[in-house]
Amino acid sequence: MATYQLNVNGQKREVNVDPSTPLLWVLREDLKMTGTRFGCGISACGACTVHLGGVATRSCIVPISHVADRPIITIEGIAQDAVGQAVQSAWVERDVVQCGYCQSGQIMAAVALLKATPRPTDQNIEESMGGNLCRCGTYPRIREAIKTASAQLKGGA
Amino acid sequence: MVAAIKQSEVSRRGFLRVSFAAASGLLVSLYLEPHRSQEIVAQEGNPTPPPQQPKVFPPDAFVNIRPDGKIVIQVNRLEFGQGVHTGLPLVLADEMDADWANVVGELAPAADVYKDPLFGIQMVGGSGSIAHSFQQYRELGAKTRAMLVAAAADRWQTTPDKCRTETSVVHGPNGQSATYAELASDAARKPVPATVRLKNPTEFRLIGKDVKRLDSPAKCNGSLKFGLDLDLPGMKVAVVAHPPVFGARVKSIDDAEARAIEGVLNVFEIPLVKGSGVAVVADKFWPAKQARGRLKIEWDTSGIEANDTTELWTRYRQLGQTSGAVAATRGDEKAIEKLAAKDRIVAEYEFPFLAHSPMEPLNTTVRFNGDGAEVWAGSQFQTVDQMAVAEVLGLKPEQVTFHTEMAGGGFGRRAVADSHVQREAATIAKRLRGTPVKLVWTREDDVQGGYYRPMHFHRVEIGVGPDGMPVAWRHVIVGQSITAGTVFESFTTKNGVDSTAVEGVADTDYNVPNFHVSVHHPKINVPVLWWRSVGHTHTAFVMETLVDELATRARMDPIAYRRKLLKPDAKKTLRSLDLLEKETASWRDKLPRGHALGVSCHESFGTGVACAVDVSIENKRPKIHRATIAVDCGLAVNPLSVASQFQAGLSFGLIQLMAKGAITLKDGRVEQRNFDGYVPAYIIDAPVAVDVHIVPSTEAPSGCGEPPVPVISPAVVNALARLTGKRYRSLPLVSL
Repeated sequence: MATYQLNVNGQKREVNVDPSTPLLWVLREDLKMTGTRFGCGISACGACTVHLGGVATRSCIVPISHVADRPIITIEGIAQDAVGQAVQSAWVERDVVQCGYCQSGQIMAAVALLKATPRPTDQNIEESMGGNLCRCGTYPRIREAIKTASAQLKGGA
Repeated sequence: MVAAIKQSEVSRRGFLRVSFAAASGLLVSLYLEPHRSQEIVAQEGNPTPPPQQPKVFPPDAFVNIRPDGKIVIQVNRLEFGQGVHTGLPLVLADEMDADWANVVGELAPAADVYKDPLFGIQMVGGSGSIAHSFQQYRELGAKTRAMLVAAAADRWQTTPDKCRTETSVVHGPNGQSATYAELASDAARKPVPATVRLKNPTEFRLIGKDVKRLDSPAKCNGSLKFGLDLDLPGMKVAVVAHPPVFGARVKSIDDAEARAIEGVLNVFEIPLVKGSGVAVVADKFWPAKQARGRLKIEWDTSGIEANDTTELWTRYRQLGQTSGAVAATRGDEKAIEKLAAKDRIVAEYEFPFLAHSPMEPLNTTVRFNGDGAEVWAGSQFQTVDQMAVAEVLGLKPEQVTFHTEMAGGGFGRRAVADSHVQREAATIAKRLRGTPVKLVWTREDDVQGGYYRPMHFHRVEIGVGPDGMPVAWRHVIVGQSITAGTVFESFTTKNGVDSTAVEGVADTDYNVPNFHVSVHHPKINVPVLWWRSVGHTHTAFVMETLVDELATRARMDPIAYRRKLLKPDAKKTLRSLDLLEKETASWRDKLPRGHALGVSCHESFGTGVACAVDVSIENKRPKIHRATIAVDCGLAVNPLSVASQFQAGLSFGLIQLMAKGAITLKDGRVEQRNFDGYVPAYIIDAPVAVDVHIVPSTEAPSGCGEPPVPVISPAVVNALARLTGKRYRSLPLVSL
C-alpha cells in the first residue's frame, strides 16, 4: 500500500492503495466515483475513458503509481467546461443513450476530440471514437451528437 | 407472502405509501389479489403474443403521487437499453393526464403484480415489453385518473363527468381546480374502478409522439447507478475462477500466493451449476482479481466432453445431410428431386457461437441474513432468479427481496433459466452470512463463460421454376436447443423441434408450394442461450440471402421479387417493403461506382421490417454508407424510441459480419478471452447514417427490441455479393 495525492476534477484527493491498482478502480471503489465504467480491463472498449493530463486515457490500464500530479477529469467533472457541457447536452438532445453503460467513455472521448478538432469530419470522428465500443450500437447518434455539439460551440463562440 | 412483499415494498418506497395509500390498508389488500396469468407462459422468441387480454393490476402498486407533485411509476421489467423505463411510464402518464415533466420511472422489485401479463413471470424478452404491457399501463393510467377525478368530484360536490384533467390537475365545472398531489390521499381511498374508458388515439398527448428518454441525463453525467456500481456498507467483492472446460471440477487449490495479497479475505471452492469453481472474496475488486490470477488450481476434466469447433462443424455438416425432426412441411418433400440439376440451388451455411457481451459485465449482489436475503441484480428474469437464490439459501422466494438494478445491456444474457450468476453470488453470500457480497464477472468470464448463441448449420436445397420463383424448398437446420433441459423446454419444444431454432424459416412468409423444414438438435457440452432475436439471427440470414440470390438469378428487382414471393397475408412485411421502396427511391438506383445496394426484409416478434443498405468495400471490409429501414410495428408508442432501436440495433447485429465475430473452442477451451479476440462492431463498422421510416398504423403495438438485428447482416452481404459476385455463407465474414 502507498499513499497518493490526486487531483480529480479540480479537487485534491488522497488514497491509500496498492501501487498496481488501476486508476479506474481507485476512482470507482476508493473515491466512490462510479461514473467511470469497467468494461474490459484491457483498454479495448473505452468505457473507462477519463482525461489524464488533458489526454483521453483508458483508466483501466493506468496503475495509480503512474498518475503522479497529472490532473484527472472524469465524467462527473466534465460539465465544468464549455465543451463538456455542450457534448452532454447534445447527447441528451439527440437522445443518444440506450443502456448508457459506455456513454461516460463516449462522452469523454468526444470532448477530447472536440477540444483538439472543433469541426470534426466523419473521418476524424471515426478515428477519435474508433476505440469506444457500444454494444447497443448507438454510433449513428453519437456521430450526430458530436456534430450538434460542434455546431453549438461554434455558434456560442 | 403478502407480508414479505409488503415489507420489502415499505423498505424501498415506504415514504411514498404515506402520501398515497395513507393508512387505508389498501396496499395489503391489493397484493392479495391472486395472480391469474400463470397458464399463459409463452416462450422467448414467440413472434405472436397470445390473444388473451393482458391482466390488469390495481394501480396502487404502480403509481405513487408524491406531495411535491412528482409521479413515480413502477416499471415492471428491466431497463437495459430498450427504453421501457420511458416507454411504459409515458403510456400510463398519457391515460392519467400526468404532467410528463414530473414523471419518474422506477424499476420495480420482484413481486407478483409486476409479472408480465402474458408470460406469467416477471421478465423481459421476446420484444414483449410494450407489446404485452401497453394495454395494462393504459388501463392503470386511466384507473388512476378516474380515482383522482372521483376524489375531486366529491370535494366539489359534483360528478366525475363534469370534471376534466390535464397535466396533473383536475378541473371542476365552476372553475375549481386541484392538483393530483392534493387529491392523492383521497383518491387512494376510492375503489379501483372495474372498467374504465380509454382515450381515443386523437386524445393522446404522449403516445405516438417522440418522447426523449427519462434516464438520459443520468446516463450522460455518470450519476446513474448500474448494478455494478452498487456500494453497501461493509460490502465485499467476489470473483470466481471458473473451470477452463465447461463442467470441470476443482481437483486441488494452492491459494497461498492469492491469500498473501492485501485485502483478500477468503478463498474457497464453490459448486457451480455444472462443475465447481473457486471464489475469491476481497475488500475490493482489484485485490480479488489479482488474487484470482495467482491461484494455482488443478482441474478435474475426467468424463467431461471437450469440444473442438472444427470437429463440431464436421459433425454438424454430416447431420445436415439428412432430414431431422420435422418443423414444417407442405406439398411434396421430394419435389426437389424431380428437378434438373440446373434448376436446383444447394447452399450450406455456418453460424458460429456468439457471446452477448453486454457492456456492463455480469454481476449480482446478495446479502444473506439467515432468515432472509436481499438481492440486487440487473435481471431479465426476476422471478426465476429470485427462486434460484431462495433455493441456494434454503429460503422461500418471498423471503428474498429482489431489487431490479439498471443494466448496461443484456441482449438475452441476463435471462438465464439456470440463474447461474445469481446462484454463484448466493452461494458465496451464504458463506459470508450477514455481509453483502458483490459478485463480479470480468470480461474474460463473460467471453469464456458460455451461454452463447448456439452454432448453427443450415443446408438448403431449392428447386427453381421456369419463372424464376422457387417451387421446392428443402431445409435442414442443425443446432443445439436453447431450452433443452430447462423449465422452458415444454413451451418451445414440440415433437423434437425447438421452435427457437427454426423460427424465421419454418414460419416464413415466403410462399413455396413444396416446403419442408427439419431440425437436428445435437447435445453439446457448451451452454447456449437466446441472443437478441434468437433463431432469427441465423434464419433470416439464410432466407434473405437465398431469396436475394433467387431474385438475381431471375433478373428481378430485389424488392419486387420479395413482394411477389411473399404471401398476401404477410401484411406487415409487405407494407414495410412498399415504404422501403418509396423511401429509397431517391438513392437506390443512383449509387456511386464501387457501391452496391443490399436489401432484406423479415418479420420477427410480430414486427415487419425492410432494410436497404448502400455498401462499398474499404480496407477489405464492408463500409455501410447508409441504411434505410421501413418498419411496421403497429402503433409506434414512442417513434423516437423505435428509431433508436433500429439505428443502433443494426450495429448489434453486425457482429455477425465482423472478422473476429465468433467464439470458437479447442480442446474444450474457449479460444477468445476479451474484446481483443471477440470483436464486436465499432463506429467504423456501423452504418454512417440510418433513416427509419415507420408505417402509420393503429394496430396493437409490437416489439422493436429484436427485429432490427435479423435484417442487417443479410442486407450487407447481399450488397457485397453484387460487388464481388461471391455468396457469403459462412460467418464470421473473415475475408471478402
